[in-house]
Amino acid sequence: MKRQFLLTFAFAWVSAVVCAWGVPIAVAAQQAAGQQQQNAAPPQNANVPPGNAANGRKLFVSFGCYQCHGYEAQGGSAGPRLAPRPIAYAQLMKYVRHPTGEMPPFTEKTVKDAELTDIYAFLRGQPAAPDVDKIPLLKQ
Amino acid sequence: MKKNGSVDRRDFLKSAAVTGAALVGSAAGADAQTVPAPAAAPAGPATAPIAPREADPSLEADIVTTDRPGGDFMVDVLKSLNLEYVAANPGSSFRGIHESIINYGNNTAPEFITCCHEESSVAMAHAYAKVEGKPMAVLVHGTVGLQHASMAMYNAYCDRVPIIVMAGNTLDATTRRPGVEWAHSVQDAAAMVRDYIKWDDLPWSLPHFAESTVRAYKVAMTPPMMPVLLVLDGGLQEDPISDEVKGRLRIPKLTLTSPPQGDAGAVAEAARLLVGAQNPVIIADRLARTQAGMAHLVELAELLQAPVIDQGGRMNFPSQHPLNLSNGGRALLGNADVVLGLELTDFWGTVDSFRDSLIRSSRPLTKPGTKLISITAGDLFMKSNYQDFQRYPEVDIAMAADAEATLPSLIEAVKRAMTSDRKTAFEARGKKLAEQHGNALDRSRSDAAVAWDASPVSTARLTAEIYNVIRNEDWSLVSASGNTSNWDKRLWKFDKYYQWLGGSGGAGVGYGAPAAVGGALANKKHGRLSVAIQGDGDFMYAPGVWWTAAHHKIPLLAVMHNNRAYHQEVMHVQRMGNRHNRGVTRAHIGTTLEDPFINFAQIVKGMGVYSEGPITNPNDLGPALKRALDVVKKGEPALVDVVTQPR
Repeated sequence: MKRQFLLTFAFAWVSAVVCAWGVPIAVAAQQAAGQQQQNAAPPQNANVPPGNAANGRKLFVSFGCYQCHGYEAQGGSAGPRLAPRPIAYAQLMKYVRHPTGEMPPFTEKTVKDAELTDIYAFLRGQPAAPDVDKIPLLKQ
Repeated sequence: MKKNGSVDRRDFLKSAAVTGAALVGSAAGADAQTVPAPAAAPAGPATAPIAPREADPSLEADIVTTDRPGGDFMVDVLKSLNLEYVAANPGSSFRGIHESIINYGNNTAPEFITCCHEESSVAMAHAYAKVEGKPMAVLVHGTVGLQHASMAMYNAYCDRVPIIVMAGNTLDATTRRPGVEWAHSVQDAAAMVRDYIKWDDLPWSLPHFAESTVRAYKVAMTPPMMPVLLVLDGGLQEDPISDEVKGRLRIPKLTLTSPPQGDAGAVAEAARLLVGAQNPVIIADRLARTQAGMAHLVELAELLQAPVIDQGGRMNFPSQHPLNLSNGGRALLGNADVVLGLELTDFWGTVDSFRDSLIRSSRPLTKPGTKLISITAGDLFMKSNYQDFQRYPEVDIAMAADAEATLPSLIEAVKRAMTSDRKTAFEARGKKLAEQHGNALDRSRSDAAVAWDASPVSTARLTAEIYNVIRNEDWSLVSASGNTSNWDKRLWKFDKYYQWLGGSGGAGVGYGAPAAVGGALANKKHGRLSVAIQGDGDFMYAPGVWWTAAHHKIPLLAVMHNNRAYHQEVMHVQRMGNRHNRGVTRAHIGTTLEDPFINFAQIVKGMGVYSEGPITNPNDLGPALKRALDVVKKGEPALVDVVTQPR
């Protein structure tokens, strides 16, 4: 009954099982959104706790973030790019607790705020991508 | 040498038993042919004729010796169908036809391809068929061989691919060798796979075999194409062809069924909707079997200036065509007023979202009133037990027809429905779509630059490095197992139907490696460069197929996407951990391939395959690929193991 009840509601979250070349359409949309975010003005990060980037990198692996987003948070078909230039700290904290896509929620019980802060420090510290025009393999 | 050429094995053994009984009864060594049958006796063990436990071996050897066993005629039938190869792991239940293939048939057309696992045999035939557009034969041993083959047969069934599978069996219980042959014999061999093949038969005679094999070929090749199974009795393969049967031997003419086309009225209505639509979207999955199929889809898309989403079940639409918007699916569907689905595996899943998070929920991706048109041969044939048919799609026009065969008439109908006003509108639409396509390609390139120098190697770097060494060749991506975030489709220029063969169909893991070898086998005579992206989990199911590639000198450049885990399963366990509020830190248990890491280069080297790796520095990848390519160009397989990012 619970499942049937829930299915009767059309929640407005981003999700899809449509595969174009195997890429879920929602993920493709997220990737596109990620790109827009990359091109947008830097997020507002006033009053962001500094965090420990080295520990954040370790946590990024131990909490399994890398499985969808890659070890460098570069993103892929299973999860959008998170770095370089991550979304605003407050947005990240909110999304991780209450994701609207396919990402499973991480409650305070499984990931502490302080640990998320360290992960954010790792994301923020990721270097910018090299200029695509200087990579011959991406020009052909 | 044959004393009685018209006596088959079963008849011989029966008469031998009678003879034995008579010999015992008369205590004399009279000739078997002259001894009358014993008088009728009451039934029951106490009064049954006393037969020897075994017939006289010298007699049997004499009489079963023949210059013309049934297997020879079976080979004649296979040759008439121009079956180039028969892949098999040897098994005694088909020793008769095996011997006929290699000796009587001179091991050509079909050539015996030695496999180390029946799953490999079938998956090789699966990919071969997608390159060649015709089936390859597979022989499997009775019972256990067919059981090994079954998952690969299910993949081919789901992927709508024709394969001629032949399973050995020994029907006559009194002729079975004690022990193993009993364990490998079965009353109804096809029963275990009948739910996921299109047709099967158990030929009772050689004329029956001829008719059923030709019918099997025809049935397999009629859309929706699927595997078929013939069960070959051991006696039929091994026994001499009797004089009586010789007079009845003939091979029926093969006439393939024309693929079914969509109803003319439905085609005209579909054309009317497409021409009138403001934002039509074309989606193709298992559409293009041939270059003509691709060309027709291009023609339709260009006529309408409509975007195409290629779901990749086949190579349907050129990846860098300005109307290819395969990565923009959700936004396109949200604006669409008409959606044309061509051989979609899952129409419902294409136009609906489904979320599997804390709760499961779904909603349409299209707006209310969007017209949905389906053309699929899948509507012509469906079975109940296995649920690959997906959820029921509520479409507005459903054509039970082969989409590739229907495209020409749909194109003509669109031309007839076209007006000059619409043409002008289409041109404007096409310009916007081309711009979107260009932006998506630019975005893919800039995304690929992120983590370019990372170690483990990013999947974008992996695919870009591979493309760099193959792009000037006549290449064919025969298999891509594991998930490389579709970088190949986003960055490479695909414009030929054989440049991508699609996936396994049933998502049965272990398809990738044998499919790569089978696709490469098909490409060999065309001189194409076959390349595969090989997942590590997939590799480990039946790695013996690399020996097959080396033994038969099948040129194939295989590049490992070695992310050292079953990543899809890692994520499922991770999801459960979070759903149950226990975290994800132990999700690696049972889902990763580490401690120890697998050295894939060493594994294939031991089977005679050139190899390099494991490569962890992305700068080492390009030179390694070039060295491997040199080996492949000499006509041999090569494997480069690359430690990669998860996706």
